[in-house]
Amino acid sequence: MIAQIIFLLILATAVFLFSKNAGKIRRNILLGKDLDRSDNPAERWKIMTKVALGQSKMVKRPVAAVMHIFIYVGFVIINLEVLEIMIDGLFGSHRIFSKPLGSLYGLLIGSFEVLALLVLVSCVTFLARRNILKLKRFSGVEMKEWPKSDANYILFIEILLMTAFLTMNACDYKLQAMHFSHYIKAGSFPISSLIAPLLPSSGEALEMIERGCWWFHIVGILAFLNYLPYSKHFHIILAFPNVYYSKLTPKGQFTNMPTVTNEVKAMLDPSFTPPEATEPGRFGAKDATDLTWKNLMDSYTCTECGRCTSVCPANITGKLLSPRKIMMDTRDRITEVGNNIDKHGKDYTDDKTLLDNYITREELWACTTCNACTDACPVNIDPLNIITEMRRYIVMEESQAPASLNNMFGNVENNGAPWKYSSADRFNWADHE
Amino acid sequence: MNSINSGSDKRIIMEELNQDIPTTETIKSEIEDSKSEILVVPTMAQMAAEGKTPEILFWVGCAGSFDERAQKITRSICKILQHVGMSYAVLGTEESCTGDPAKRAGNEFLFQMQAMVNIDVLNGYAVKKIVTGCPHCFNTLKNEYPQLGGNYDVIHHTQLIQQLIDEGKLKTQDGESFKGKKITYHDACYLGRGNNVYEAPRAALEVLDAELVEMKRCKSNGLCCGAGGAQMFKEPEKGKREISDERIDDAIAIQANIVASACPFCMTMLRDGVKHHEKEDEIQVLDIAEITVKANGL
Repeated sequence: MIAQIIFLLILATAVFLFSKNAGKIRRNILLGKDLDRSDNPAERWKIMTKVALGQSKMVKRPVAAVMHIFIYVGFVIINLEVLEIMIDGLFGSHRIFSKPLGSLYGLLIGSFEVLALLVLVSCVTFLARRNILKLKRFSGVEMKEWPKSDANYILFIEILLMTAFLTMNACDYKLQAMHFSHYIKAGSFPISSLIAPLLPSSGEALEMIERGCWWFHIVGILAFLNYLPYSKHFHIILAFPNVYYSKLTPKGQFTNMPTVTNEVKAMLDPSFTPPEATEPGRFGAKDATDLTWKNLMDSYTCTECGRCTSVCPANITGKLLSPRKIMMDTRDRITEVGNNIDKHGKDYTDDKTLLDNYITREELWACTTCNACTDACPVNIDPLNIITEMRRYIVMEESQAPASLNNMFGNVENNGAPWKYSSADRFNWADHE
Repeated sequence: MNSINSGSDKRIIMEELNQDIPTTETIKSEIEDSKSEILVVPTMAQMAAEGKTPEILFWVGCAGSFDERAQKITRSICKILQHVGMSYAVLGTEESCTGDPAKRAGNEFLFQMQAMVNIDVLNGYAVKKIVTGCPHCFNTLKNEYPQLGGNYDVIHHTQLIQQLIDEGKLKTQDGESFKGKKITYHDACYLGRGNNVYEAPRAALEVLDAELVEMKRCKSNGLCCGAGGAQMFKEPEKGKREISDERIDDAIAIQANIVASACPFCMTMLRDGVKHHEKEDEIQVLDIAEITVKANGL
């Protein structure tokens, strides 16, 4: 009974804290500007099923894709087992699903075990890729101490959880064979039966280890849940809505700013009256709050895998730009803005901005807008849109484009071409041959 | 545009941002064009004066109009249109920059100014269908003009070539043979990833009697030439090397004789990369339109 009360308290605290912190992230995302992505629900469900649920964009890197699918399927399916653990924890039962499910239960527990082993193998491989093989994708200026540790913590925690799960089952397997206490014959243990010989033979000791692992496993899962909002691992939740709200137009198509359309129309036709005064705001983005909620959701969805940066032509050739850094900076800045609101109230502004304090102009001007980053992202994050919005701020609010680009603007404006040719000579090519 | 063989084409183009350029000078083509027909390029204004409406408008673009190397691509596209007897016209001096470089650089005002002026001209001629010689013009006209009142059926010239091949209007037996040549296609970002046009340029090459090879980074993994996003008109940021040099590494690795391109900016960058590697004798950079013209003996 005491165990049940303790379990209930831990569970309630975990759920409460998680909701609070996830709510903060939601609040931070909604600090962004409006954007309508409610169109085409059918197509959105389709793309979410394919890209998020089906992980279709992961296959470009087969080794990572296979390992990732093991962990992903393992995570989703072993969570069915967590449901049983929750019920057992709350009602003091033991393997409550074993009776109603009958022989299916054995099959389920057996497949959980196989998955748990695959998760273990994958996590160990991933740790090796990061720390022994030191894959280039996992380093870079933005991969400072915290992002590197974060990645290792996640893998390490998963290894611990799976080890506890298998050890628990191994004890159960032995106890069942001994007909010890309430340990009824339930489940099949293809993996844990192999480690069973390593365990003590006394029933009491086994029960202690079994209970210990049970508690460690479930408390560990709840603790891990509460780690998510502080970690890149939050992608396991946001990947789905983020892909659902993907940009559906061609990648080459940039937004046409409606506020600009009104001004340009008024300039070309003095009799034009804009539909209604839209919010003044600024052109483009100087700070994270000038971005849309989708840009901010992108930033919290990023799991820092570095596929974007590894295909970025600017980054490959040694320029400062790294699309992953754009996303991490955006997330860190909007989190800072959110923390400021929590500490100092809604109207507080610090003297920092995303531009210059986080992202430098040199990074922004190195982008070739080639869309390699957006194509590479397995969860359809769009760093290019943030880069464009920040260029818009630099050009339209500050007039601080590089000098050669200002020359280009002048030529387009005066001659209708980026070079200083007379528009009267535009058709001379036809006479040249 | 007087490009010399040594030094970077892009640098020359950059210098032209500032210079007043003598415009009357006639420039000899680097590659001898075979002249089986005299090229007659009709303009929309002429057509309209005669009360005619062409089937398709050929949007030449700034590079196609002014860049000496790209002018050859422009003339090749005209040769193809003339050869198949398609009724077409260009805007000539009425054409103006689509605003693409301004938009990618963040100057939305300038982009929309350009767009609205161009849309006025295009709608004035009741244009329905457009073929462009440049993926950047293609993307801008196709995707970004509709919301501003410019609705046209826009295709890129590689798509037109594919269509003409499919219809049997372009045959390859009459012209230069590419037998024994290794050809690779460099995906232009604004055709490939930007608009999912991966097959049309390849289809135009598949009809040749040549060996088609893919570079390590191709199709959706294709590496940019380094010119997009208005990079064409500015110095690159500090780094280890030029993107175009990195790209030509891929072509060298597969020992390509010809790098086929479908974009005038890619053309400039790829040629710079070839020059950097001192491979001018081994690797030729040709536009799909030029290759088609050669293969058909136009």
